[in-house]
Amino acid sequence: MFKAQINVTLRKSILDPKGKAAREALHNLGYNKVSDVRIGKYIELNIEAADEAEARSLAQISCEKLLANEVMEDFVITITKTD
Amino acid sequence: MAANVGVLVFPGSNCDHDAYHALKHVMGIDTRFIFHKETDLGDVDAIVVPGGFSYGDYLRSGAIARFSPVMQAVADFAAKGGPVIGICNGFQILLESGLLPGAMLHNSQLRFVCKQVYLKTVAFDTPFTTHVPKDKLLQVPVAHGEGNYYADTETLKRLEDNNQIVFRYADSEGNITPEANPNGTITNIAGICNDKRNVVGMMPHPERAMESILGSTDGKYIFESVINNLVTN
Repeated sequence: MFKAQINVTLRKSILDPKGKAAREALHNLGYNKVSDVRIGKYIELNIEAADEAEARSLAQISCEKLLANEVMEDFVITITKTD
Repeated sequence: MAANVGVLVFPGSNCDHDAYHALKHVMGIDTRFIFHKETDLGDVDAIVVPGGFSYGDYLRSGAIARFSPVMQAVADFAAKGGPVIGICNGFQILLESGLLPGAMLHNSQLRFVCKQVYLKTVAFDTPFTTHVPKDKLLQVPVAHGEGNYYADTETLKRLEDNNQIVFRYADSEGNITPEANPNGTITNIAGICNDKRNVVGMMPHPERAMESILGSTDGKYIFESVINNLVTN
């Protein structure tokens, strides 16, 4: 069994208004050294697969088909063995 | 030929009855609901993908609805040239389905906007805009949290070059200004069509601008257009 940990974020070229609002709030708290905030989604999948490559390819296709919209989002997949 | 229009119903649709009322009772057209589990659209001549929060907008607006059985039938219908209009969440579903290019971001000011806006029609050759008078600004309400249309530079250029931008947000004089833009959408885009021009998506709600008691009847031009095109074809 493998676990896929997936981070989905808005593409770098796209303004992230939620991130901007959070950054302004952090500045209001006095944390002025925080310069950029990007807010995204974290998704976990448990995957039954023979090896890591198979698990990764299943996670990849899940992102491409459903979990991320590549018109506006990027995703990063981390695979770990869980048993 | 009498026109016959289908209104899709997803779990979480909430403008399906408004669209049905607009077509059936205001326009007097045969209209029926088509449930998301259906795989056959029957003998309908046009499809309305209504607004709402299909599947709770989980993951992304329209992302789950696009995999409903009915959406494959809609894709086949559109591929054959059938007229399809997606309104608000319906527009988002058409984007997620790939029937229209681009994607929808959160409103730039992060607020849900619910108000009357003016629309300037810029493409009159879609089945939904042929009967819009050339100089008429349409007063129609918007109600959305994610209506900030986005497309990459290349896609945007293609939309401009092919005249696929159908509506833009304008002020009451018809000027396309940043102040008239309710959600931060690129170049005030309120609606677009596909390259074959039979699939239209728009964020504003023409089905809520059908009776003067509700403030405007300008939405009727959109439905009159498609109905007249169906009757004359």
